[in-house]
Amino acid sequence: MKHLLFALVFIVLLISGCNQKPKEKDKEAASEQVFAKFEKEADDQVKFPVYDYEGLEPLLYKDDGKTYIINFWATWCKPCIEELPYFEKVNAEQKDNNVEVVLVSLDMPSMWKSRLEPFVAKKDIKSKVVILDDPKQNDWIPKIDKDWGGGIPATLIYNKDKRGFYERGFTYEELNEELVKYIN
Amino acid sequence: MKILKILGLLALMVSLGAFSGKFTSGEDGYSIGDIATDFSLKNVDGSMVSLSDYGEAKGFLVIFTCNTCPYSVAYEDRINALDAKYKSKGVPVIAINPNNPAKKPGDSFAKMKIRAANKDFTFPYVLDEGQKIYPQYGATRTPHVFLLESTSQGNVVKYIGAIDDNSHNASNVDEKYVENAVDAMLAGKEIKVTNTRAIGCSIKA
Repeated sequence: MKHLLFALVFIVLLISGCNQKPKEKDKEAASEQVFAKFEKEADDQVKFPVYDYEGLEPLLYKDDGKTYIINFWATWCKPCIEELPYFEKVNAEQKDNNVEVVLVSLDMPSMWKSRLEPFVAKKDIKSKVVILDDPKQNDWIPKIDKDWGGGIPATLIYNKDKRGFYERGFTYEELNEELVKYIN
Repeated sequence: MKILKILGLLALMVSLGAFSGKFTSGEDGYSIGDIATDFSLKNVDGSMVSLSDYGEAKGFLVIFTCNTCPYSVAYEDRINALDAKYKSKGVPVIAINPNNPAKKPGDSFAKMKIRAANKDFTFPYVLDEGQKIYPQYGATRTPHVFLLESTSQGNVVKYIGAIDDNSHNASNVDEKYVENAVDAMLAGKEIKVTNTRAIGCSIKA
């Protein structure tokens, strides 16, 4: 991404350099500022994909033979943090069983850099982490499950044959107990 | 004729869909139209608070909230604003902390007092000691609002859900669910949106 930006800046500079006219100097300065801003934003960009519900939806309906465990969590949610190690463990143990865990963070934008990134790094989380940033919660919560009130932790388990939603926390044993219903 | 049949079928499907999508708040909690229980819970000022203390009230905004949940914190100013707007119209806010302080030390009674003082809460902020009230209401998360209307039969549940449609940012709110519901109730009109959902912190009992 960074390389691409540098290349863009270079090309723009090259073009503007060729057509340099005194009166365009101001314009050039302005465009450099814009690029400087772009670069800063690229540096600040959070490491995980950020989706609205529409962007997330394809991850909730994959039809590739795998069983997906989609866990909705946030760094501020204590019971979510408590159960995360179980999801990590299952993700590692069941990989060969065609099971994949996706951790959907509901952290607020102000927490992405300050809390979410450091947390994922510190805990060395191996499961895929994505961010769901869609404030219109009353619209998308019932699309994920018609009975979900919006409390977290909450987990969706699905494959092409079966789908289940759990507005609750899991222990390692409970998660495995539930999972076997999908993979056998 | 065929088109009519198809249209009829479609209407049927839509209405069935509407029913199957009917939202109930928790397994044992209240639905719209139920009579809500009264309570006697300790306020941060040391007094005991009950709905029956408010002889003149037209209704109540019972809001389950707490000190620690970021979504609750994000709504603190908006809850103060609701109280400022509706207390004088006969619909005061009563905030209940449903969390068990033994499980969530940040939600202790002492910390509630500090939070209420720091944020200048204009409404009672009571602790659901023993966590007995929130399951009867069917609150599942914080913040979780129950609008009640005082009637001769008791306090009738009129709205259950979120305060508005944008927890992140008060200035980007499109729909003020609670305000719309209270305004309609006070005007004797039908409340259009009676159930909404929002991400919140699950209650720790």
